[in-house]
Parts: sequence; structure tokens; C-alpha cells
Amino acid sequence: MTVPLLEVRGLTKHFPVRGGVLLRRIGDVHAVDAVSFSVRRGETLGVVGESGCGKSTVGKTLLRLLEPSAGSIFFEGRDITHLGPAELRALRRQMQIVFQDPFESLNARHSVGRILEEPFVIHRMGTALERRRWVDELLERVGLSSEAAERYPHEFSGGQRQRIGIARAIALRPKLIVCDEAVSALDVSIQAQVLNLLLDLQRDMNLALIFIAHDLAVVKHMSDRIAVMYLGQIVEYASAADIYSRPRHPYTRALLSAIPVPDPIDREARRRARIVLEGDVPSPIDPPSGCRFHPRCVHARPDCATRVPMLEAVPVDAAADGAPDTFAAVACHYWQDISSSIP
Amino acid sequence: MKPTDAAILSEVVLSVDSLSTEFTVEDGVVRVVDKVSFELTAGATLGIVGESGCGKSVTALSIMGLLPKPAGRVVEGRVLLNGLDLLLLPKQALQQIRGRRVSMIFQEPMTALNPVQPIGRQLIETLRLHGDVGDRRAARSRGVELLAEVGIPAPDSRLDDYPHQLSGGMRQRVLIAIALACRPDVLIADEPTTALDVTIQAQILALIARLQRERGMSVIFITHDLGVIAEIADQVVVMYAGRVVETAGVAALFANPRHPYTRGLIASMPQLQHVPKSRLPTIAGMVPALSALPQGCRFSNRCGHATAVCSTEPPLDRADMAHGVACHHWRELGA
Repeated sequence: MTVPLLEVRGLTKHFPVRGGVLLRRIGDVHAVDAVSFSVRRGETLGVVGESGCGKSTVGKTLLRLLEPSAGSIFFEGRDITHLGPAELRALRRQMQIVFQDPFESLNARHSVGRILEEPFVIHRMGTALERRRWVDELLERVGLSSEAAERYPHEFSGGQRQRIGIARAIALRPKLIVCDEAVSALDVSIQAQVLNLLLDLQRDMNLALIFIAHDLAVVKHMSDRIAVMYLGQIVEYASAADIYSRPRHPYTRALLSAIPVPDPIDREARRRARIVLEGDVPSPIDPPSGCRFHPRCVHARPDCATRVPMLEAVPVDAAADGAPDTFAAVACHYWQDISSSIP
Repeated sequence: MKPTDAAILSEVVLSVDSLSTEFTVEDGVVRVVDKVSFELTAGATLGIVGESGCGKSVTALSIMGLLPKPAGRVVEGRVLLNGLDLLLLPKQALQQIRGRRVSMIFQEPMTALNPVQPIGRQLIETLRLHGDVGDRRAARSRGVELLAEVGIPAPDSRLDDYPHQLSGGMRQRVLIAIALACRPDVLIADEPTTALDVTIQAQILALIARLQRERGMSVIFITHDLGVIAEIADQVVVMYAGRVVETAGVAALFANPRHPYTRGLIASMPQLQHVPKSRLPTIAGMVPALSALPQGCRFSNRCGHATAVCSTEPPLDRADMAHGVACHHWRELGA
């Protein structure tokens, strides 16, 4: 077995909650709790979940934009959890991030050419002339004309700005890009263009992607494997091909059944079968005991409130369809009972 | 279905006829909504779908008389509510219609609610404003009833909460309670679930469907999400760059979309049934700025089927009785 490009073990991020006149620490937001996963070269790991599930915190912690509270991050087998600033800068050649709002992440006062040149300048690469050529190549690569270099971010539409954000992310030919809700703000016709661009870049550059989004249909479309998060934890891990036909965790089932389907013919049947979750996601400051999903789970039994379910690998014979590298795991005490009781 | 039911179902409650709205912007005047027409029948849900800038929200604001003044104004058309033209009503009469006969909910309930007033007071104020309940006690108990009706747990104690104390989903429920307080005939919902998580969206869509059924209310549901349209709409209006490009019953629209834009939009959606990592069909280019629209068909500069004739404006043809399409080439494109 080769070393994965990225491996994360027990990643945890707590944010202090302060209160009272002295702003003492009165608790913690359990944003991410003991999350483990790995990403191979050239593959896409999708991370999906609703607000407050910790998916964006995972992305930012991987790049050390946030300091992890516990756990380890390995990149190409090397522990990067505690790298100093200089080493971290070098690491950023290998790992990049693209955010939802490209406008916010681009310096509005710099021309697009300067924005795209910056990574080369920081890493002291090339002459001015070479850098200029590289910028042109980058623009062409993401489907923009080289005139774009002279213009400023506000002159571009949302989709074009996201292309610029992607161009900057690929400038140093990284091995991994974290896409944090990178297409969520785009209209569907523009979203499709940007998704295709990411798929092309991935194929051409053997890029690994961590694709974080709240939209399961989009995540499924982009991913090889998917991690479903709920309240700071991964509750299910499955191949993208498998997760729709064979969801195992009750939360994944509810999430799938809540997605509006652009096919009105079967909508009455879907309505009847729909699992409408009661209530809201509980506060991550004081997450529920035992299984964090138990207060909203229709299948919960008394011990779900006391026993914490571990993320356990699904036995090979129960995993799908002969693909040798299929890996699935689920954190639910009763997923087998639930799967056998529901077709 | 009994004949009487059919008669009720086909009764037109709200009719929008050739509505055009213009905005004054820095470099002149732009027509944001151009000759938009549709009909809403009793008890039905009409979905208006389109991408950013297609004019769907401005259509709703024009109907409600809520355009930002003085930049926006309706320049032609009629909005008939049971035969009464809302565009001709004096301000005061329109205010009486709003809330009592037609209500609206928005994408971000936080901005529609007053942040410094308890939600109960805002709810009760609406009730009293429209004179539906007499004294304070009666209004309060009606408020509790309404919150219970929209599925807010422990409504009696929630009445004194401020908007920021509620989750996004709960705030949208409060807004729905306020909108429905005076039992309107028509609810206009402008992207009411767009800011919500998908499981909360499912709750709110189910709630709107239930209230609609119980009250026999008509709904105009505005969204960018074709999935949501497929779940809730009976009739659909597809808008592009300020115009209606296609209108049909929901089943026909998805089974047999006629306009190249509608087809492109449906095809470019990632769907759960797709093979992962397959390329999506796309629509080339992007929506043109309203100040730089192509002549004639506004989709022509992105359309693979465009020819010379597309520089003239296509009429909204009838593909059949219930299916309208504004494309010169829809016949050749086939079913």
C-alpha cells in the first residue's frame, strides 16, 4: 500500500466560548471532533454536511489556516501538524484552497495579472517576463483571455472570478486543492462550467481535491469517495457511486431523501417516503451525548443516548460491487438492522 | 374529479398581463422585467424559475407594489387580483390588500423581521393592523395559535423571543406565520428556502404545502432551483433576462422542455443519479448585462440553435394548450 497524499488522524478543533465580565472560557464549540480520513493522489474526497457540521473547519485546519486542537495531519507521509512559518510557506506550494466568495479572497485593488503573479513572486520564481508568460498560460488554462490580466476583480462576474481564484490556486502546480463551497454561490449554468473546469484540471494535473459543499448532488458529482459529517464528526464514509444507492447512516438517508429531485413524476411517492428530520441541528457547544444524531433519529434506541458509536469499516461482503478499493465506514450502532428493515 | 372541483381549480385568482418594470441606474434606464404574463389559479402553485438577474424577484415586487422607489417603476401591464388591477390602486388601498389578500415571504427572514422586537409583538401587530382581532389577549392567543400552526414548539414561550434567538428555519416559520396571519388568498414566496440547509428546506416546503392544502391558498414560488420547482409547482414559468421564455405544467416542462435555455438549465444540473465525475453539459457564456442585451431573442448569443431570425423577438408560441415557448426554432428542435 502506497502512502496516501494526505492522511488525517483524530483531527480535532475546538473554539473557546467566552462569557461573563472577565471573558472566562465557559465552554467549547466542538467544531471538529476526532476526524480521520485519507486522500490519494489525483482523487477527490467529497465532504458534505449541513451548517455547523465542521466541514469548512476541516478544510481550513488542513491548510493550517486554523491551528488544530488535537490530532495529526500527514502530507506525503510527513507530519505537517506543527510546521513553522517558513516550512508552512513551502508547503503551500503543494496545498491550496479555493473559497466560496472569490471576490472576498481576491485583493480588489490589484489587477488580475498581479494577483496571479503574486504566488511566483512570493516563491521567488522566474523573471518578470517569464512570470508574465505564466500568468497568460494560467488565464488560458481556466478559460479566460489574456486581456483579463489588465482588469480588476470587480469587472468580472461571479463565475469568472471563481476561475481567477482557481487560476491562482493552480499557479504553483499543487498536488492538493481544498474547494470550500467553491461553486455554491454560482448559478447552475455557470456552476456546471466551473465543475467541468475542475474535473479537467484534476485529470490533466493529477490533482487531488477535497471538495467541501452542502449540496450532496454536487459533491456526489465531483467525488470518488464521500465523507458525510454531522456536528463535527464523520458519520459515514462511502464511495460516491455507492452512497446514493446504498446509504447506511440514518442521517445520510435523511439528507438524501431531503434533496429536491428535478423529476416531478414521482414526487408524490418521494413525499410519502421522505424522512423529514424534526427540529434543528443541536448546538455544537454542548453536543448530545452518545450518538450526536440520536435526538433527531427515527431509529434511535435508548442506548444511542449513552453509547458513542465509532466509525467502523463496513465488512467487505456488505460493501459494494466488487470494486477492489471500495471502502466504506459508518458510525451507527444499528445501521445493519436499519438497512435490512428498509429496502 | 367532480365538475365543480374542476371549475374551482381553473378559476384565475391572479393574472399578470404584459408587466414591464424599469429601473433607473447609473448609465440610464434598464428594463428588468419585459412583458411578463402568467395566470395563477385557485389553490395552485405557480413556480417562477430562473438564474440571477432574470427578473423573477422584481416581478414579485412589482406585483406587491414593493419596488424600491424612486429607482424602480412599473411602466406597463396589469396585475389583476380577482379582476381588480393592483397597479391602479391608491397606496392605502394597496396596503390593505397586502397582508390580507396577498402576502409575501423572502429569502432572508432576518432582514424581514425587526431585530429589536420580540417576534410575538411583530405577529400581533400584523393581526391588529389588519383589524382581525380586537383586544390584546385575543391577539396574543391568536399569535400562539399561529406559531403552533407553523410548527414552532412551545409557542407560548417563543412569542417573547427575539429573531436572533431563533434558528434560520424557525425564523422562516415565524415569517410564514406573519404572512399567513390574515389568511391571504395568495402567498408569494421569494426563495424562502435558499438560505436554509436541505433538511430544513424539506421541513419548510412540507409546511407550505400543508398550509396551502388546508387553506386552499394559491402560491407563487420563486426559486433558482429546478429541483424545488419539480417538488412543489403545478405550473412553471421559466424566465431569462427579464422575459418569460417558457411556461408549462410541471410534468410537461421536465418531460418535454421546449426552449433551448430550459433544456440547457435542466441538463447542467448535477443529479444524484449521474455517474460521478462525468462532464456536465453546459450553456456557453453567461447572462448578458441588462444594458447590453442582444437584439431579438435575449438568449440568442448563448444558443447553439440561433440563426439570423433570432435577431427578431420571438413571440410566446403555444406548443399546445398549456405549453408556451418563446423560441423561433422550437418546432425544429422537436420533442
